[in-house]
Amino acid sequence: MPKDTGIGAATTRREDVRFLTGRGQYTDDIQTQGECAAVFARSTVANGKIKSIDTSAAAAMPGVLAIFTGEDFAEVGGNPAGWLINSRDGTPMHEPKRPVLAHGKVRHVGDAYAAVIAETVQQARDAVEAIEADIEELPAIVNMKDALAADHYVHDEIGTNQCFDWGWIEDNRAATDEAIKNAHHVTTLELVNNRLVPNAMEPRCSIGHYNPGTDEYILHTTSQNPHLTRLLISAFVMGIPENKLTVIAPDVGGGFGSKIYHYGEEALVLAAAKKLGRTVKWTADRTEAFLTDAHGRDHVTKIELALDEEGNFLAFRTETMANVGAYLSNFSTATPTFLHGTLMAGNYTVPLVYVNVKAVFTNTAPVDAYRGAGRPEATYSLERVIDKAAREIGMDPIELRRKNFVKPDQYPFASAAGLEYDSGNYDALMDQMEKVADKAGFEARRKESKAKGLLRGFGVNAYIEACGIAPSNLVGVLGSRVGLYDAATVRVNATGNLSVMVGAHSHGQGHETVFPQVVGEMLGIDPQSIDIVHGDTSKIPFGMGTYGSRSLAVCGSAVVRATEKIINKAKKIAAHMLEASDADIELKDGVFSVAGTDKSVSFGEVALKAYIPHNFPLEDIEPGLEETAFYDPANFTYPSGAYCCEVEVDPETGKVRVDRMTAVDDFGNVINPMVVTGQVHGGLGQGIGQALVENTTYDEDGQLLSASYMDYTMPRADDLPFYIVDHSKGNPCTHNPLGVKGCGEAGAIGSPPTVVNAVIDALQSGGKNVTHIDMPMTSHRVWSAMNNA
Amino acid sequence: MYAFDIERPASVADAVAALGTEDAQALGGGQTLIPTLKQRLAAPSRLVSLSGVTEMQGVASEAGNIRIGGATTHATVASQVGGTYPALADLAANIGDPAVRNRGTIGGSLANNDPAACYPAAALGSGATIITNKRQIAADDYFQGMFTTALEEGEIITAVSFPVPEKANYQKFVQPASRFALVGVFVAKYSDGVRVAVTGASNEGVHRWSAAEEALSGNFSADAIADLSVSADDLINDLHGSAEYRAHLVKVMTGRAVAAAM
Repeated sequence: MPKDTGIGAATTRREDVRFLTGRGQYTDDIQTQGECAAVFARSTVANGKIKSIDTSAAAAMPGVLAIFTGEDFAEVGGNPAGWLINSRDGTPMHEPKRPVLAHGKVRHVGDAYAAVIAETVQQARDAVEAIEADIEELPAIVNMKDALAADHYVHDEIGTNQCFDWGWIEDNRAATDEAIKNAHHVTTLELVNNRLVPNAMEPRCSIGHYNPGTDEYILHTTSQNPHLTRLLISAFVMGIPENKLTVIAPDVGGGFGSKIYHYGEEALVLAAAKKLGRTVKWTADRTEAFLTDAHGRDHVTKIELALDEEGNFLAFRTETMANVGAYLSNFSTATPTFLHGTLMAGNYTVPLVYVNVKAVFTNTAPVDAYRGAGRPEATYSLERVIDKAAREIGMDPIELRRKNFVKPDQYPFASAAGLEYDSGNYDALMDQMEKVADKAGFEARRKESKAKGLLRGFGVNAYIEACGIAPSNLVGVLGSRVGLYDAATVRVNATGNLSVMVGAHSHGQGHETVFPQVVGEMLGIDPQSIDIVHGDTSKIPFGMGTYGSRSLAVCGSAVVRATEKIINKAKKIAAHMLEASDADIELKDGVFSVAGTDKSVSFGEVALKAYIPHNFPLEDIEPGLEETAFYDPANFTYPSGAYCCEVEVDPETGKVRVDRMTAVDDFGNVINPMVVTGQVHGGLGQGIGQALVENTTYDEDGQLLSASYMDYTMPRADDLPFYIVDHSKGNPCTHNPLGVKGCGEAGAIGSPPTVVNAVIDALQSGGKNVTHIDMPMTSHRVWSAMNNA
Repeated sequence: MYAFDIERPASVADAVAALGTEDAQALGGGQTLIPTLKQRLAAPSRLVSLSGVTEMQGVASEAGNIRIGGATTHATVASQVGGTYPALADLAANIGDPAVRNRGTIGGSLANNDPAACYPAAALGSGATIITNKRQIAADDYFQGMFTTALEEGEIITAVSFPVPEKANYQKFVQPASRFALVGVFVAKYSDGVRVAVTGASNEGVHRWSAAEEALSGNFSADAIADLSVSADDLINDLHGSAEYRAHLVKVMTGRAVAAAM
């Protein structure tokens, strides 16, 4: 019988009670008496020289309290890159300053060059329109290839548009070249991993507050990692001592990566709050979200796969241009390198991998990690070129993958791209996928489609990802400037209920439900008596937040470690109460008992005793029952999966409909299968969206043509099929206490190549010699490909 | 938004009077105008809401025609016209989403004449009559290019009269983001001939495809247009589709509309 609480129980999400009844507390919901409003003046040109900014007329308008320009922040620090990448020649990457407000030049449409603080948003907007900015438009640098060849630069002071030229693994370069030169067969594919706008439902919002009496600042902001935001503001941008700055991220309505990063608007509202002694609020409108949230993906790649006569993979060689936009967002340099290049061996025993990535500055919005971050790009390149190779050598695409899979007896497996996979069974996932997807019934379904005049295709994909983003030792060697552990404090209150303070921060993941399941299971108590506290740096230990499918694997492990400490101490207290040795105390179902006797005390009695320590042996046991643990894992975790999809293509119009989508994932152990299924559903929606419809388009002048929902296509319910989701074939992670691997990004990583492979299969089945279509595979693109074939 | 005054008159006469003020603007369901105002792309001094004008509401059948008040919402047309003119009801039922259909009005859509809107195709494809506070305008004279109509300053569409055809159908191939028509084709068969109106495709806005009308008037089947082709000249070319693609879709959607007409 399925469990109804604890680990493995599909309990409904507690937080949904407030989310679904309109009682969530998002940043913009916070209203403070006397608050005023910030509105930004943003560039309408992609590249321009700021010749002058005249704010005098604006300053005289009703309600205007202050106006800031880049000049006001010329002396404060820039928003830094969190990850140092060295080029192949050993030189460090170029890190041009990213100021709070543009100074000297504007570098993308939406780049803020001034901010007005006024009594109301309306007054601030009016005043922004009255700012007279003389900005000389310069030729925009948009296309990456053009950017690398250009003799004018996004950042004049670095004299190049190339941020770095990175090689991985550089020592394998010559051997990889040799293997490709001598191979029996080489399959080559050029592809674009399309730029995506994150489109969190909640736009960014920041509220700055300053108390002159204590010299303390509070920033309420839409963040996936409030401690990291505080650290960046304190250590790099504004120099506010960390102990004088509290960062609070209340409920956060989606982020997908875009709310990991510190943005200039956060610094501005703090500076304005101090200057005015008023609470200052800024809320992005949807246009600002399109123009200024860090975008995702945007790689242009050439990949080659070398094979021998039997179809064994000999080498993958990749050349990628990665768009970083106009400025380096905090993790923009890690995404195309260590979150991408290290995955380029995929699920395969291929002996050689070489990846070259050139990061390119352009006059477009900054690009950074977005759901999957580097791993979708790796998976897409690999799984598309493998599919193409299978067609070229006449082998079934599943068989070709199976032939090259790492086998279960090979773990731990050192991949050719430098990672050590701890566990997995890719053949078992593929077996399960073929079964639950009813692959055997595909031909019959294809006939049914044909009778309707439609081309049905079957696409497959196998992926592996490195997530549970950590460990500090490893990422430090790879260039990270931060540690990537996490932390938890478990506080048992005197009355026996618990508050668990965690460094992870849910922006939709369900932590308030899942973490109590873990603690409740360990203590043998009802998870409903356990509450999670997160998002407030004044309440939680220093953790690194939520991204990279790390919350459970890293922060959840810290929760386990802290709970273990609680159990150890509680046993001592119970031993004291029961006049026994703590070695003889057992904890079962929330009751401490002396082994082999009927003497026992309940968890609640122990908790009360901890806070009313009469007769306590104070030399052995401190009062209270509260423990903190920091957890830094030994390795990444390695979820993997086998996905398939069936599409129907209308040969007359090019319209693609995803009819069936199956995701079989190895997430290791699963704490709450319902939450995991939901995470996979969301990821699949975003992955199918990327594959079929999401179309970030800049024109040659650097104007974002797809800057609203009239032109940027979000996948909707009727674009998506009912999913078959299976995570029954998990192989526990070997190095974290829960054996969990992480599930947040899988759907978005596994689905894009699956959909593209299915469309190519459909077209080829209809006699169209189409070998590749770039995403998004809009009707127009598919129709054009068919008609050019 | 900039500040503006708003009035909600109860009669056409009062609405016309209110629109006499400088920089006044009629407000139908607001499905285009309100987003435009929010973006600060328009600055009317006064909005005159037509939603309270009862004489502009509702649907009535009269001698082979169906008359729809200018302030009638898409949802009302979708739910009340199906028995008389199913193709028109289906068209209304597939505009936007429920929120749009419960606010947006037929008069607002026709007055705006968005080149990708659905209603202009129905009106032109049916040879409808646009009835204003001043006059009656044949659809063929009413649509004068993208966002351009025969309406004069302050003139209000009070109703639209559609002659009910023997058979008709509307096929919309959606622009995936906005769900407006990338190409929409309305085909209507009357005793005296077939009309084919195309929306979404042209820089000139909604227009008739006369070669198809001629072919279909002789033989109302998809085969009748098999040998026709549509020129891509002056068709819209944007990030959602090239002019050539739209030209191709005009023919495909016309064939499908003929096949589906009932």
